Amino acid sequence: AGGGGGAMGSAAEDGRPPAPERVLFPPTFSVSEIKNKQRRHFRFLRWKQQQRKEKLAAKKKRRKEREALGDKAPPKAIPKTIENQRVYDETTVDPNDEEVAFDEATDEFAPYFNRQTVPKILITTSDRPRGRTVRFCEQLSTVIPNSHVYYRRGLALKRIIPQCIARDFTDLIVINEDRKIPNGLVLSHLPEGPTAHFRMSSVRLRKEIKRKGKEPTEHVPEVILNNFTTRLGHSVGRMFASLFPHDPQFIGRQVATFHNQRDYIFFRFHRYIFKSEKKVGIQELGPRFTLKLRSLQKGTFDSKFGEYEWIHKRREMDTSRRKFHL
Amino acid sequence: SSQVVWDTLGNRQFCSYKITTKTQNFCRNEYNLTGLCNRSSCPLANSQYATIREEKGRCYLYMKTIERAPFPRRLWERVLLSKNYEKALEEIDENLIYWPRFIRHKCKQRFTKITQYLIRIRKLTLKRQRKLVPLRRKIERREKRREEKALIAAQLDNAIEKELLERLKQDTYGDIYNFPIHAFDKALQQQDAESESESDAEKEEEDDEDMSKREFVEADDSDLSDFEDMDKLETSSEEEREEEEEVEKKASHLKSKGKTPLKGPARRKRPYIEIEYEEETEPISKTKAA
Repeated sequence: AGGGGGAMGSAAEDGRPPAPERVLFPPTFSVSEIKNKQRRHFRFLRWKQQQRKEKLAAKKKRRKEREALGDKAPPKAIPKTIENQRVYDETTVDPNDEEVAFDEATDEFAPYFNRQTVPKILITTSDRPRGRTVRFCEQLSTVIPNSHVYYRRGLALKRIIPQCIARDFTDLIVINEDRKIPNGLVLSHLPEGPTAHFRMSSVRLRKEIKRKGKEPTEHVPEVILNNFTTRLGHSVGRMFASLFPHDPQFIGRQVATFHNQRDYIFFRFHRYIFKSEKKVGIQELGPRFTLKLRSLQKGTFDSKFGEYEWIHKRREMDTSRRKFHL
Repeated sequence: SSQVVWDTLGNRQFCSYKITTKTQNFCRNEYNLTGLCNRSSCPLANSQYATIREEKGRCYLYMKTIERAPFPRRLWERVLLSKNYEKALEEIDENLIYWPRFIRHKCKQRFTKITQYLIRIRKLTLKRQRKLVPLRRKIERREKRREEKALIAAQLDNAIEKELLERLKQDTYGDIYNFPIHAFDKALQQQDAESESESDAEKEEEDDEDMSKREFVEADDSDLSDFEDMDKLETSSEEEREEEEEVEKKASHLKSKGKTPLKGPARRKRPYIEIEYEEETEPISKTKAA
């Protein structure tokens, strides 16, 4: 068989058989076929070294060619990232799309964007919240202006909602808790608005953030919404924007960011300062968390009879690594 | 013979239904009336015994008599009790007439407890139920990993800074920050002839927007305070503004710790000049604000 197998009895050698000079008829054996672990490991390391050398040599060669060509060299290749390779989503919103603009002028958030309503937010939790969740709710209410935290005493959401509407609340946030950490967020726009259910992860309270600043002040923060490209992403982005009052107070220099990357929405709250017109410093205050959209419902919260606009179906939607929905 | 059974199983030798704890002995037998391991509550050691058990929300009275002792299949006789609490108690009494007081009493107690917890179950099912959704370990791990990678790919700080600078360029902040040196230079170069009218327009704007002026001065003062002469500036401004300034100074102090300090003198010139400008119009704004 393979030439290397001949050195069977030579345990006195340094553990590896001599490399096969010429392999005639039988196919080359791969390193993984050697049964002895030590020898196999050794072979593998040697093979790896060889690969690295070849790679380095190839790089050098390419660099030389590049320099030799000088100006005429082809431009550097752009490395492929997941964002580059993203599967084109047909619902991506074109900034000049009239249909989308029309839709947005007439959907549930139109009154907010026309400055007719002032956001008023109710933050609550699931039953019997633990300390962490309660503290998180408090911090969240300092971040979002005009928000109130109410303790939930076993009340059904369906009963809370008409009461909220009667008291002029525009949004309802329910933070679901499991095993003493908050893990879910239900954001419901009240007067007949859409309800979004998110999965919340990596929640950091203010004291767990390193190098944080002082507490967020009462100024209305600015809002940054990044990377919400598709139609679905647009509606979710508008939902977030409608939480904050329309006119930010720039004296406060606070900014709340919702950054969407690969379907994960990262929330951060910073205080910024412009050091020059090209440089800005930011300092993180406030809690941070990441959200992942699980479902978007047309009306207010109704898990049984509601009409779902979008549900995350794992089997269908998670098949491709490069496909994102927001 | 029940005495024999008790002597062997109950007290001395092994009984598979018996559970011993530090303070007490329990009996795991399903027909046990009290749940404790006693001479009087052991269903094996008593030839005449009765229990209450419930199945699917209905309560049954089980009875065992000495006559049926040799027929294990027919040992336990079962009677369905009525749903009505009082009627059921009467039925128990009726069936266990002439039975020892202990068993009768304990049966009724047990029946009461059972009905109470059945009522509670029915009440709770009407309220909101917590739905348990099983987590899939593989999926959780995958999501976590993807989130970490997405976080790294997002480069949040850079993205936020870029966005803020964009907004600054597009003048969403208006006159608060007087940075745009580039824009200013460009404006000077392009519109030399119109520079006078521009400055006139600025003067008018400044007269009109008292509040923004105030903001403007504060921001600049806070930036200046990073470097020098905090006291001088403080004394020169009003008291109200001092308080707000301090907050901003602290904020900017904290910020400037980790970041490179600006070139002070290079930036100072323009804002410095403009401050002088505005102090002239201060008395007007004072009275207006007051």
